[in-house]
This record gives sequence, structure tokens and C-alpha cells, in this order.
Amino acid sequence: MSFAHKHLMGIEELSAEDITLILDTAEKMSEVSRRPLKKVPALRGKLVVNLFFENSTRTRSSFEIAEKRLSADTLNFSASTSSLQKGETLVDTVLNLERMQPDCYVIRHASPGTCQLIHPFTKAALVNAGDGTHEHPTQALLDAMTIRQKKGDFKGLEVLICGDISHSRVVRSNVFLLSKMGAKVTVCGPATFMPPHMGSLGVTVTTDFEQALRGKDVVMMLRIQMERQTKGLFPSLLEYYKTFGLTEERLRLADKQVIVMHPGPINRGVEMASEVADGPYSVILDQVENGVAVRMAVLYLLLGGSEDETAH
Amino acid sequence: MKRLIKNGRVVDPQSGTDDTLDILLDGGRIARVEKRIPEKGAEVFDATGMVVAPGFIDMHVHLREPGFERKETIASGLAAALAGGFTAVCCMPNTNPVNDNASVTQYILDKARSCSPVRVYPIGAVTKGSKGEELAPYAEMREAGVRAVSDDGHPVASSAVMRRALEYAGSLGMLVIDHCEDLELVGDGVMNEGPVAVRLGLHGIPAEAESIPVRRDITLARLTGQRVHIAHVSTRLAVEAIRAAKKRRVPVTAEATPHHFSLTEEAVIGFDTNTKMNPPLRGQDDVDAVIEGLADGTLDAIVTDHAPHAYEEKMVEFDRAPNGIIGLQTAVPLALDRLVRTDRVSLKRMVDAFSSAPARLLGLEGKGRIQEGADADLTIFSLRKETCLAPGDIKSLSKNSPFLGVKLKGAVMAVIIAGELYPAAKKG
Repeated sequence: MSFAHKHLMGIEELSAEDITLILDTAEKMSEVSRRPLKKVPALRGKLVVNLFFENSTRTRSSFEIAEKRLSADTLNFSASTSSLQKGETLVDTVLNLERMQPDCYVIRHASPGTCQLIHPFTKAALVNAGDGTHEHPTQALLDAMTIRQKKGDFKGLEVLICGDISHSRVVRSNVFLLSKMGAKVTVCGPATFMPPHMGSLGVTVTTDFEQALRGKDVVMMLRIQMERQTKGLFPSLLEYYKTFGLTEERLRLADKQVIVMHPGPINRGVEMASEVADGPYSVILDQVENGVAVRMAVLYLLLGGSEDETAH
Repeated sequence: MKRLIKNGRVVDPQSGTDDTLDILLDGGRIARVEKRIPEKGAEVFDATGMVVAPGFIDMHVHLREPGFERKETIASGLAAALAGGFTAVCCMPNTNPVNDNASVTQYILDKARSCSPVRVYPIGAVTKGSKGEELAPYAEMREAGVRAVSDDGHPVASSAVMRRALEYAGSLGMLVIDHCEDLELVGDGVMNEGPVAVRLGLHGIPAEAESIPVRRDITLARLTGQRVHIAHVSTRLAVEAIRAAKKRRVPVTAEATPHHFSLTEEAVIGFDTNTKMNPPLRGQDDVDAVIEGLADGTLDAIVTDHAPHAYEEKMVEFDRAPNGIIGLQTAVPLALDRLVRTDRVSLKRMVDAFSSAPARLLGLEGKGRIQEGADADLTIFSLRKETCLAPGDIKSLSKNSPFLGVKLKGAVMAVIIAGELYPAAKKG
């Protein structure tokens, strides 16, 4: 089976089969990272441009490692060093980079729809590394890979996503992916962090964290950005922790085999207690590791490496 | 010179006429409206199979000059108006400098007269610099030809300033047009608050950001007893508030745009910045309410809110793109295709919304009717002929429209201004 898409702009346009193919490929890729020589020649001679218009050390590092392990050439283009500060538009930036003959752009940008904007101006593959609060497909895929490793299957899984749903760049991709794979998703958070019409995405919406935790197989906590407090969206970090912080005591409400996830970086003592973050149910660092494998898989499938090239 | 418009379906909302008649024009006026007027000595325009209506007046356009000539000039905007079937337009004051005094008004009028037959009625600012603080000199602007004031693009946020504007403008017989938007409720919203916004990860603008200031304006119109006109109504909440106020005889009137009755928020999927406007495209229920409001006259006028933006301004991230689309050349075909063809709004009401209603609201004597002695301004269109515009057909300097390449049933055939004929460009 081959991957039918030229780009990865979002989870919304993928089928369950596409997702399974990416996850299966990622499992093979994770083996590469455990070799003494962590490199395969699959994308030798391909140029991948990491176009990061927002700071994102972890996502960018993860992509860069994935690119290097596949032997691609990489160019890091970040907003702080780029001509964007001189008033160049995003489209002009792409038109210029296009003449460097890139095979792929990995794009992180604060505005939803960035890939759709660039799309008509490039021949290269586009990988969305987060477009504002729209999609962050590789995050949802690495989350899915982690869930599948621990739970085996998605069918009937009860997943809770809790935190700042409005401003999260990962929640929509996760909702799209988990729904496509047959899991049941509940989202929870303060009402001021809940986008209106969230239920139209096919999820259960609640503000009652403890009730929502009951029987959950997967609990995914989202980062609270400190500056939200100053915008009047919640009264204090302490109040947030008291109402929505994941403590060991609260975690006992969930299924006995629950796994705890977080896209990082975590605020200890805000979204969750340190004991939970470092505890036996936490798979947060597995997520980080799977991030590299998933990104290798996506680049490999999009840039047309062939099966045997992953071998020595 | 005499001109005879023969055999057209004459629709005059003011007298209720809807009949096949001939119209004789003489010296810039309508001389006779009768069956079978002899052709002798007149230039004949055969309007068989066409509708002949009072000249269409677009009371809400942005001509961008002075100050934003990269987007549009008075000449290019008026060329678009003429091609779109309009005999007159009212241009909003958010130019640079703002049209908040008679010298800017005079500049616009002089420029317009030098380049186009289309009549221009500049709209003055409500407040100096449209800053929402001090009233602009209405009397001086009225002297120069201003019929209405608006801070369009910005709401008049202060209720006290709005009250004074209504009182002062009302005493001069001028209309106050308000762009109703609660900026705090809008926040960083860039599209309608609804299921599409949540799917696309774009921040939403609730309907209440429109309906709350609409209700305030209605309250102030009742307080002052002076007329207020609500610009570009887009929500059911606002339509219902206006309908209820009109029932109570509060002097409120309103307008709607073709994009708000033709497109829903679904058009934003794909992030085309030509679907970004203010107020935003709404849900289907709001679109239905706007159409019902036009049908029963709750919404008096159809206006384009023609808002040209240069290619490079729109070719950016959705949340960074400026609001608005051009509309002068698509308004009449959209109204014919989406309102009249579908039987949701009668032809007579549609013609009224484009001609008699704006003439009434702005107090334009001699306009908006096809009767003896009225001005010889006519808009002639076909219900059957199709319109499908390519970028090359657009007379505006800017081509920012989601309706290019869209087939619409209905087409402008000719415009007559002061008795002069301006036939639509032959195409296809």
C-alpha cells in the first residue's frame, strides 16, 4: 500500500488507512533510531526546508533529527533571521526559496491556513508543523503512535483532552485523528478556554474535570500559557490547578490502565502535579521519542523513499 | 436629444408600475412613460425582453481615493459602477485624508465629474478623522453635497457621541449610517463564530457583536426621534431587532450586501482571503434572515460595500488579510440569481432596494422613480442572460472577489444617466 497524498497539511484530509500506514511506517523508523549508526540513505539528495515562523525548539529539533536520519539535506529558515522582518510576504519568501529547488517544506506559522496559502506557489511537498490553532498533524500522529503502543487499538477508547482548548494547536488534529480511528473523545477545560461550537466536531464537551476523568483510558493534558491569565481568561494559576490540575488523587478516577500524555512543554504544578508527570502512568517522554519516528515516516512517505532503503 | 426606450418591462416600485411600456427621455428628464410612443426624432433603444428600472444607486462603496490609489481610484471605481449597472454611488469617507470636511468632499466631486458620468454622493464622516470623538462639520459638508454621514469601518463606540450625531445630523436632514460592531466582543475574531471557525482554528466573531450595537442605535433613534441607518446587516439577531423596531415606528432603516445573502461561512473553508469580510460571512440561518429581511423590506437597500484591496494585500495569511471584497460588477447579477430567480424576493422589491429605497433614504429628488419629470437615470437588465466575470472583465484596480468565474443568471444590459446611453460591453 502506498501513501496517496502529496502533502500533509492536516489530519482532516487523511483516511483511517492513511493514518495506519503512517503509524506502521513509523514503527519501522523507530528501529533506525536505536541503531549504533542512526542513519539510512532514503532521502539522500533531497532538500527539506524547515520554515519556522514561530519559535518551536522541540518540534523543529524533532523534524531536523528525522530529516538527518533519512539523509536529507536541511535548511533552517526562521523568522528571526529571515527577510520577513524586512517586510517580505510569506508568498515571496516561498517564491524565493522555490528557486533553491527544495523537495519539501516543513512549516510552522501562527496563522491557520498557512499551507493552503503557500500551496499554489510551490512544487514541493508541504508538511504542516502547526498552523496557529488549526492543525498540527505530526503531533496527533505521534500521540496516536504512543496510544497504539500502549493500548493496541483505538476502537472504543475513552480519551480525555483537558486544558486550554481554544488556544491549543494540537487539539483539533487529535480530535480529527482519534475520531477517525474509532476512539471517543471528551474535551474539558474552563468555559473561557472552550471554543464555541466545539461539540460540532463530534466530541463531548464538559467543564467538570473530575466527572470527565472517570473511566478514561487516555488523559491528555494541554499546556496553559501564562499570558492567558493577564487577558482575563482565568483568575489565577493556583485556581486553575485546583480545578483542572491533574493530581495523583484525581488520576485514580480514571481507568486503572490509564496513560497520561502531554504535548509539552509542561508546567509542573499548573496542568499536572510532578508526581503525575514523572509517575508510572506518564508516557510523556515516549511521545517525544515517537515524534522523531513519526516525522521520519511522514517525510519518507511523502518524498517517495523506497522500502529497501531503510535497510543498512 | 430625445431618446426612446422601447418595449421594455418597466418596473417602477414607487408607482407600483410593472408593465411593458416605452419611455421617452428628453433633456436629461423622463418626458413620457406610455405604451407605443412614436419613434419620430428620437434615438431608439430596443429593450424588448429586458427590465427597465430606475437608475440603481449603491449607497455604500469605497472608492479609496484620496489616499489609497493602489486599491482603487475614483475613475476605476466609477468605471466598475457603470459596468455594474449603477447610475450613482455613495462613497464612504474612510479615505486618507478622511472625508470629514468640505474640501475633501469637493475634491472627490470634482474628480468624479472629470472622469465619469456616474453620479457621486460622498458620505461624510460622523466624527473628525472618524475617531469617534468630535462631530465633523455636517453643515459645511452638506453645503458641498453630502447627504449622509458614517464612520464606516469603525463603529461610533460612544453612545453619547452617537446621540449627538443623530440629533445634529437629523436637524440638517442628513442620515447617519452606523457600522455596528462591538470591537471588544470581536476581539481577535476573523470569521463568523460557528462550526466552521472551530474546525479551521480561526477565532470567531459572534452575531452579538453586531446585534448589541444595533440595539443601542435603535434605542438612540427612539430617544432622539432621528433616523439611523444600519450598514451591512448580516445576522438574524440584527434583522429581527430592526423589524421589531420598525413595527414600533422607530426611525431605523438598514441595508444588506450581496455577499451576505449569497455566501455562508462554509466559503471560508480553504482559507481564501476573498471570503474574509467585516461583518463576516455568517451561517445559513443568518443568510435566510437577510433574504427574508430584504423580501419584507426590513432591510431597505441592497449595497455592495465595494471594498477593493490590492492583490498583495489579500495574498497573505487569512488572519492578517484586510476585510472586504469588490462588488460593483457582481451585485446586480447576484441579486437577480440568488433573490429573484429563486422567488425569494420579488423583482419589484429587488428594484426598490437598488433604486427607490436609497433615493428615499438620501432624499434624492428626481431619483428612484420612472415618472414624468424624474431624472433620466435608468438601469436596464436581463433576467435571462448569464453573467460570468473573468479577472479581465473587472474594471476595478483590485480583483478581490470570490465571485469571479461564477455563473449567474441575470445581466446588466445598459445604463442611462441624464439621458445618455452606456451599453454594457459586448461579451462572448
